[in-house]
Amino acid sequence: MTTLPEKTTRSLGLVIDLDTCVGCHACVISCKGWNTENYGAPLSDQDPYGADPSGTFLNRVHSYEVQPETGPAQLVHFPKSCLHCEDAPCVTVCPTGASYKRVEDGIVLVNESDCIGCGLCAWACPYGARELDLAEGVMKKCTLCVDRIYNENLPEEDRTPACVRTCPAGARHFGDLSDPDSDVSRLVAERGGIDLMPEQGTKPVNKYLPPRPKDGWQGEVDVLAPFLEPVAEEPRGFLAWIDKTLEKL
Amino acid sequence: MAQPRVETSPRVSDEVRKTTCYMCACRCGINVHMKDGKVAYIEGNRDHPVNKGVLCAKGSAGIMQHNAPSRLRAPLKRVGPRGSGEFEEISWDEALETAVNWLKPLRETAPEKLAFFTGRDQSQSFTGWWAQAYGTPNFAAHGGFCSVNMATAGIYTMGGAFWEFGAPDWEHAKLFLLFGVAEDHDSNPIKMGIGRLKERGAKVIGVNPIRSGYNAVADDWIGITPGTDGLLILSLIHCLLKAGRIDLDYLARFTNAPVLLNCDPKSPDHGLFLRDEDDKPQVIDRVTGKQVAWDRPGITPDLTGHVRRAGVTHTSVMHLLAERYLDPQYAPESVADRCGLTSERIRALAGELARAAFDDPMVIDRPWTDFRGDRHDRMVGRPVAIHAMRGISAHANGFQTCRALHILQILLGAVETPGGMRFKPPYPKPAHGHPRPHAQSTPGQPLPGPHLGYPQGPEDLALSDGGEPLRIDKAFTWENPLSAHGLMHMVISNAHAGDPYRIDTLFLYMANMAWNSSMNTSGVMEMLTDTDECGDYKIPRIIYSDAYSSEMVAYADLILPDTTYLERHDCISLLDRPISEPDAAADAIRWPVVQPDRDVRGFQSVLLDLGARLGLPGMVDEDGAPKYADYADYIQSHERRPGVGPLAGWRMSDTGLTHGRGAPNAAQIDSYIANGGFCTLHIPEEAQYFKPWNSAYQDWAVTTGLCDAPAPYLFQLYVEPLRRFQRAAEGHGDHQPPDHLRQQIQEKLDPLPLWYAPDAGDPDTYPVHALTQRPMAMYHSWGTQNAWLRQLHGHNPMYLPTRLMREHGLQDGDWARITSPHGAITVPVMEMAALNPNTIWTWNAIGKRKGAWALKPDAPEASKGFLLNHLIHELLPPKGDGLRWSNSDPVTGQAAWFDLRARIEKVPPPAESQPAFGEIASPVGQGPEQLAWKTKP
Repeated sequence: MTTLPEKTTRSLGLVIDLDTCVGCHACVISCKGWNTENYGAPLSDQDPYGADPSGTFLNRVHSYEVQPETGPAQLVHFPKSCLHCEDAPCVTVCPTGASYKRVEDGIVLVNESDCIGCGLCAWACPYGARELDLAEGVMKKCTLCVDRIYNENLPEEDRTPACVRTCPAGARHFGDLSDPDSDVSRLVAERGGIDLMPEQGTKPVNKYLPPRPKDGWQGEVDVLAPFLEPVAEEPRGFLAWIDKTLEKL
Repeated sequence: MAQPRVETSPRVSDEVRKTTCYMCACRCGINVHMKDGKVAYIEGNRDHPVNKGVLCAKGSAGIMQHNAPSRLRAPLKRVGPRGSGEFEEISWDEALETAVNWLKPLRETAPEKLAFFTGRDQSQSFTGWWAQAYGTPNFAAHGGFCSVNMATAGIYTMGGAFWEFGAPDWEHAKLFLLFGVAEDHDSNPIKMGIGRLKERGAKVIGVNPIRSGYNAVADDWIGITPGTDGLLILSLIHCLLKAGRIDLDYLARFTNAPVLLNCDPKSPDHGLFLRDEDDKPQVIDRVTGKQVAWDRPGITPDLTGHVRRAGVTHTSVMHLLAERYLDPQYAPESVADRCGLTSERIRALAGELARAAFDDPMVIDRPWTDFRGDRHDRMVGRPVAIHAMRGISAHANGFQTCRALHILQILLGAVETPGGMRFKPPYPKPAHGHPRPHAQSTPGQPLPGPHLGYPQGPEDLALSDGGEPLRIDKAFTWENPLSAHGLMHMVISNAHAGDPYRIDTLFLYMANMAWNSSMNTSGVMEMLTDTDECGDYKIPRIIYSDAYSSEMVAYADLILPDTTYLERHDCISLLDRPISEPDAAADAIRWPVVQPDRDVRGFQSVLLDLGARLGLPGMVDEDGAPKYADYADYIQSHERRPGVGPLAGWRMSDTGLTHGRGAPNAAQIDSYIANGGFCTLHIPEEAQYFKPWNSAYQDWAVTTGLCDAPAPYLFQLYVEPLRRFQRAAEGHGDHQPPDHLRQQIQEKLDPLPLWYAPDAGDPDTYPVHALTQRPMAMYHSWGTQNAWLRQLHGHNPMYLPTRLMREHGLQDGDWARITSPHGAITVPVMEMAALNPNTIWTWNAIGKRKGAWALKPDAPEASKGFLLNHLIHELLPPKGDGLRWSNSDPVTGQAAWFDLRARIEKVPPPAESQPAFGEIASPVGQGPEQLAWKTKP
């Protein structure tokens, strides 16, 4: 069993805007590219050109249909990666100490040289956020791009996770959720950011901004009606209206 | 336990090489991180005007495209029968000599027997120039089966179009209205724009039968019945006119609403503009009451003007427009059922547009001067931005629907004003400022002008003196007079039928015509392999260039293997489809960030080599020696007009380097590389809006080399060239259509937009609409065999709305036979609730032929994947008149993919999707069992 730090200095994490995510998978592939080339073993792909391709991904986008009580069905795109939980069950379950939560920033990492690929952590994670790499036999997970965010070989503006840097719609935000004045904390406060599956008691650091209400046009019908008050019913009256209006201009 | 030490500053790369992405048509800037001479990682370029650092899934997956096992390795000569995939590798000398031996005699005797069509080509000013030098009239790219309705309607109406030539004013729009599938073009900028709108709290409304992608994040979704967008738009116009919610000042100054029209049905000039001796359309000046030319300085054109001349009454276009659209046939109550909407929903949308446009105008305090010399203190705009692409375009009523959309924008005063839609240089540029089509070929000679253009009337059609089509695709004929992008989808069908004539060599580039890029795919495969009474192929020779082992490779005789996009030179040029933004002209290059490790060559360099071997004018010097060493040499040294070449940046002036006009610079590409692969020419602030009429913009465009003289123009609510075709169909003039087309031309080439139901089969027999779209992670992407992307989208079930699932007793994973007037497919189904209740759809081009793309034959794309193309014929069902009526828009010839109707039956699951096809031999083998790509640390 592995212990969690009592407290972390910072709580770095992601804020993901479900109102803006168009489900384009840019974050998924950017993550795959960076983390194949960088931290630890490459993210491998089995049968990549065959019947059942299955590769390791640290971030995936799921799509769910939602049927509200009134109005048409909706489609929500839901990107999911490790939430870097404060009470991370994947860490405490680890028999070798390979899984750990960093004291300085709260990032949950796997030390691949100590990982025996037993898979207990993936079993313990209620979010399905860990994937065992079949080529290397080690557990892979989101590192919050720990090898980017402090990387002195990168320009300062690029010291952000690959998924955040690439997101075309700007639906992904990165920062310190333990600092109430950080941009991400303010965003969470303004938009009513939520924890994923809070009943699991994992205290995830990552937050999701819920989709704004949709399809509310029926409530606006009366407000909009005056904008369509007729100035004329037929062409002659309409042209007379134009003349009258132009004279006023 | 001590916390492990993590290396937080690892070396990222040895070098970053900045070039332009080509994973789709969007042309984003990319940083290619190199380690040990290999591609290690690809990310967006923050400085780039298109993507500003972001990058989509396709772009980031470029590394897997570059390493794809499906890459061709060397030139190939077919050794088995066509379609078998059996080839033998040959040398480039043998390949090029073979091509010369085929093409040289053709050029000397009958150059039209070469049909050269390019698919996703982004070098059309170059490939078109080559085809023009060769002398064949048969050249075009893939626009005819993509979005030519959108482009053509835009150019004729506004002198600009969406995507490459125009964009929403993301920073100022308060309402964004998105019609139809639009995930196809301008991939990252639209995602960035939607994100920006959301950040600013602007409202997004999606009009689309399918609520996926951008429609999923829309605040309001309007799940319209496919093909009825035009009717909805005309109803919105009806509501706005009736309520006087239109921008009268804008219409009077900048559009042809005040232009006087001949209104006498007995006059031979009925429906044409009243013109003066200088041929200028006339308006009434509201101040003096006199008839004057539209562009006379100081006038105030009268929207309701009328005048009687030589016994003929002339009234303003505005009169006709009001009469047309105030008619109760366009009232929401009249159209709602056909659109699958309620009248309340349509009214609310019209009210929303009126409120956003007129309740809170977007004003920028920036003075500017218009072409009549009027000084304006401020820039006043209507913050309603609209975008549309293939969705409303790919219908047989698409041209008029796109026209209607632009009329709506213009009535609101929301084009080239703050908050609306803005053009990107070299646009604005009106239809009459473009070339006219050229198609008269002479053996041994170049074509007298460019192939594609914008006809102004029947005299510009590509017809022989006997009235026969000059082009193999019948572009610019009475069947589809304004086919500005050609009709690539008709080339193989017409060549096979010998209608209008037989060809000898079909030369294709990056166009998967034996699979997902053709309608009637099974039929096309048969046409490509069909033989005549002597046993010879009916299309005798096929040359194809592609970088990958696509389905089309198997159907060609000679393969010229292209490089990947990271191994080549390209220019994304202001001469054709640049990367400009509304505030700047911009162009870009690709350059070999890695060298090919196989015997492949960039297609454009090969085309120059071929041109030199054929002795084509412009490609050889006086001694017959090649004029250009390769494409890079052409990019730097070719001049289209004095001082204007493929790239506008870092040209030579008397005083040194300059942008815009200037002499060629032998180190130009080096300058582009040093600047990140692109060049930006910023538009002065005063010139950034009202561009078609803004003197400062017009002057800037001349200085920059975009045009040679200021050319202000009016937006064309009424398109006079369309009326000229109608007049001919009524019997006027020397150029007369065949009788069987008169009615179609009179009805469909209406100079004001109309809506008509596409002729797509009996709604009782085929009650369901069927559509396709490609996933965002694959749109315009060349090769879904990409190992990473196919894990996102490797399956394409047919999505059915809940109502149809229930009606047919279907559950997810069941199979259904989908039957259209043309054919049937048997495919797996899946329920989707957020869908128009009478529409089914699937992802396009997931399905693959067994043996293609280096996939294993049991890949899901080849077993369960399918193409909807089998249900869509390139011809309409026979009408009993013996004629071949193409399944295209009667104005532009755009392929009417989305008119498809079908019926559904539940069937027992077959072993694989039907129709199923045999395996083709792979010239490149199959991909590896496992990937773990990493450069050496």
